[in-house]
Amino acid sequence: MLEKRTKRSGRTRQPFRKLASIAVVLAISLSAAALCFAAPAAPSQIPSIFRPDSTPADSIFRLSRLVLIITGLIFLAVFSLLTYTVLKFRSRADDNDREPPQVYGSNQVELAWTVIPGLIVLVLFLATARVIRSVEDAPQPPAAIAVTVIGHQYWWEFRYPALGIVTANELHVPVSDPSHPTPTFLTLLSADTDHSFWVPRLAGKTDLIPNRTNHTWIEPHNTGIFLGQCSQYCGVQHAKMLLRVYVDSPQQFNAWVQQEKMPPVTDAAVESGRRIFQSTACMNCHAVSGTNADGHFGPDLTHLMSRDTLAAGAVTNTPENLRAWIQNPDSIKPGSLMPAMKLSPQDLDALTAYLETLR
Amino acid sequence: MSSESIALSSAGHGALSVGERLHGWITTVDHKRLGILYIVYSLIFLVIGGVEATIMRIQLIVPHNHFVSPEVFNRMFTMHGTTMIFFVAMPILFGFGTYLIPLMIGARDMAFPRLNALSFWLTAFGGLLLYFSFIGGNGLYGAGNAPDVGWFAYAPLTSRAFSVGHSTDFWSLALLVSGIGSIGTAVNFIATIISMRCPGMTLGKMPLLAWLNLVMAGMVILAVSPLTAAQIMLSIDRYLGGHFFDTQAGGSAVLWMHFFWIFGHPEVYILVIPCFAFASEIIPVFSRKPIFGYPVMVAATIAIAFISMSVWAHHMFTVGMSSYGNTFFTVTTMIIAIPTGIKIFNWIGTMWGGKIQFKAPMLFCVAFLFQFLIAGLTGIMLSASPFNWQLSGSYFVVAHFHYVIVGAILFTIFGAFYYWFPKMSGRMYHETLAQWHFWLFVLGFHLTFDFMHIPGLLGMPRRIYTYEPGRGWEIWNLLVTIGVFFQAAAILLFVGNLLWSMYRGAPAGNDPWDAWTLEWSTTSPPPDYDFATIPVIESRRPLWDLKHPEDPDWKYE
Repeated sequence: MLEKRTKRSGRTRQPFRKLASIAVVLAISLSAAALCFAAPAAPSQIPSIFRPDSTPADSIFRLSRLVLIITGLIFLAVFSLLTYTVLKFRSRADDNDREPPQVYGSNQVELAWTVIPGLIVLVLFLATARVIRSVEDAPQPPAAIAVTVIGHQYWWEFRYPALGIVTANELHVPVSDPSHPTPTFLTLLSADTDHSFWVPRLAGKTDLIPNRTNHTWIEPHNTGIFLGQCSQYCGVQHAKMLLRVYVDSPQQFNAWVQQEKMPPVTDAAVESGRRIFQSTACMNCHAVSGTNADGHFGPDLTHLMSRDTLAAGAVTNTPENLRAWIQNPDSIKPGSLMPAMKLSPQDLDALTAYLETLR
Repeated sequence: MSSESIALSSAGHGALSVGERLHGWITTVDHKRLGILYIVYSLIFLVIGGVEATIMRIQLIVPHNHFVSPEVFNRMFTMHGTTMIFFVAMPILFGFGTYLIPLMIGARDMAFPRLNALSFWLTAFGGLLLYFSFIGGNGLYGAGNAPDVGWFAYAPLTSRAFSVGHSTDFWSLALLVSGIGSIGTAVNFIATIISMRCPGMTLGKMPLLAWLNLVMAGMVILAVSPLTAAQIMLSIDRYLGGHFFDTQAGGSAVLWMHFFWIFGHPEVYILVIPCFAFASEIIPVFSRKPIFGYPVMVAATIAIAFISMSVWAHHMFTVGMSSYGNTFFTVTTMIIAIPTGIKIFNWIGTMWGGKIQFKAPMLFCVAFLFQFLIAGLTGIMLSASPFNWQLSGSYFVVAHFHYVIVGAILFTIFGAFYYWFPKMSGRMYHETLAQWHFWLFVLGFHLTFDFMHIPGLLGMPRRIYTYEPGRGWEIWNLLVTIGVFFQAAAILLFVGNLLWSMYRGAPAGNDPWDAWTLEWSTTSPPPDYDFATIPVIESRRPLWDLKHPEDPDWKYE
């Protein structure tokens, strides 16, 4: 019925085109990867998981290097085999019309490509299991700093129970000296929806889930500012739930602790602003210690001016931004839960001036 | 006698009015028509889901962009994910299965033709319900809305405290309704494959496409049922005062995650196994060799199905499971790589020593092999749970699963389109246009999804409507967005090619690929009830036996 199959011309060149395009894509990907590691300007601001600066992130990085090497070798082997097969066994213009030998399978070959991947999986699994235990089951040393992190829709609350400090969005921790380790152990809670705490250079992420207590820890080796953000979708402004970790030297950290423990400044020059704060809806959601403002829906403002950013890192903490934020939060972070306060320009100025004194 | 009645009935179709023909399509219980309905319906949703993706990518082309508001962006990623999984990928694969299974096993229709129609219309209704939320999501008192809780809709974001209006209800009901349709289809597939095979077709002589769809249907019953149950529980929470997932009343957010992912991970295999089936039909025909290691391919598929039921919590490595839990789900997830690897090696074994013809269907399958290899390897990276603590919820994961869903699943679906289009329409597609479609899509795909891995490694989480400059993410997001336009152009070529070929393509004849399975023994398109006389077969490749009486397969099997 169909012994003679008609040969169609023009198919011999296609594998070369394919090969060429694969080569181009590969070249672009490799150069991209190279760029990724040799990143441009301000490298400290790039939260790359391949530039760890803390014990758990470092353990993960070393595991990921092993996994990348093994998967890279598998990729090279199978990619070459596949490319060779596709090129070598393409039909050619000068072929005869006979069908190739009909081969149905081979048990030996099947066994080989079952057992070898099995061994690779075993190696990968054992290497992984070690890291799981070393990170997840690490004991908490007595010198560790304990912080409770509470996720709120679009901002972070940090409580230091032993130090009596409450702050928001900018976590201060001391650098850990290997001879005298002071890691920070975090207890993760949520006030509303799911969130996830992720500072790539310090640790992998752990979720903050309502009705559940989670734990994670970091042990930074160098001082500096480490960027992260919420990485579990939590609502409209998930994108602007940013996170900064300030790793301070022991002296800086102690100075910061002393400053945060101070009562708020009472400056008679901003009395009208304080009255506005305490007589409008501000105090329903925000607390200023030592006053009768003790709301908990929004960040604690006792030492607002000690923070570099406003609105969970959305803008820098300047008087202009603070004024714009109070006047209309949606102009900075549309969908934020803080309402527009609809104050008169004079009241707004007075209120901003008051908040500017909360150092 | 039979051929006369076939001729009469096809002549009768031409004389019908538009209204009568439309009525015929709506009331049909013919598996071929329902298959085509599924496919056309999915293609429409593919375009809609693609537009949603494009809107997101335009928003992310530069940091602090104002193309859409955060609310719109959140609706777009929710609708894109839900649409692509439930109203594109699943129905298109059900469509191919519905069309092909009876033809390939020598049956005249599905076991339950009316259930077949009911399943399609339930799925169709589900899709319409989801999109009606754009109009009715805010009830009577506002403009349109749409679900914005993400496609896996984690509790408690879906509770009435956080999701006011009805958009979440539309999402939930759409999945409930289409889930019931999917279960109906699965029951139908199983009944058809078990009981309607033609004489001589033992289970060991079934085409792999039938085997793999049988396994897939079993998985649908096991995996879609928990999701459907969870939707009912969610509705009870929202309207009858239940507290399953309502954390404010003591419910559990993690419980929803378990329900969703015990569906969600097998779902990946529910989608990819029919695509393995396409590759297992197309690669042999275009290599001119039988599939290498048929029994091993079947065994590997069944192994994947079993293991995939025990890996779901690898989506939950960051929820604070114990180290034992994380270790268990790491090992199960890694083990699934073994049967998956066996499949790739068997496809290579099929091509080895063959005479590979690079027609469009084969091109898409070869690209699938390369891309599925990469998707599998990034999957191994994600299975190592400590590595996953960094990668989970980042753009690396988004790139990984698009490598599976586009690079593997969509590519083989395109291959299947070009392979079976001549059978469905009776006409050949335009080969040059198809090759253009292929190369443009390869270029766009790699631009978008290769580069999408990198911002994830640099700390960019998924589902953010905008991002801060200066974190090294800008250039990658720009390249990713540029790739989208190449993909869109390729899809336009594809749809244009199908429309043009439907009316102007060269007649295909019964067997344009010189293939070996039963669907190529009947006319293109097949007549009503498929086969005038039920075929009798002796091997896995009945048409090979017919074409090579001197060297038939049944001597060796």
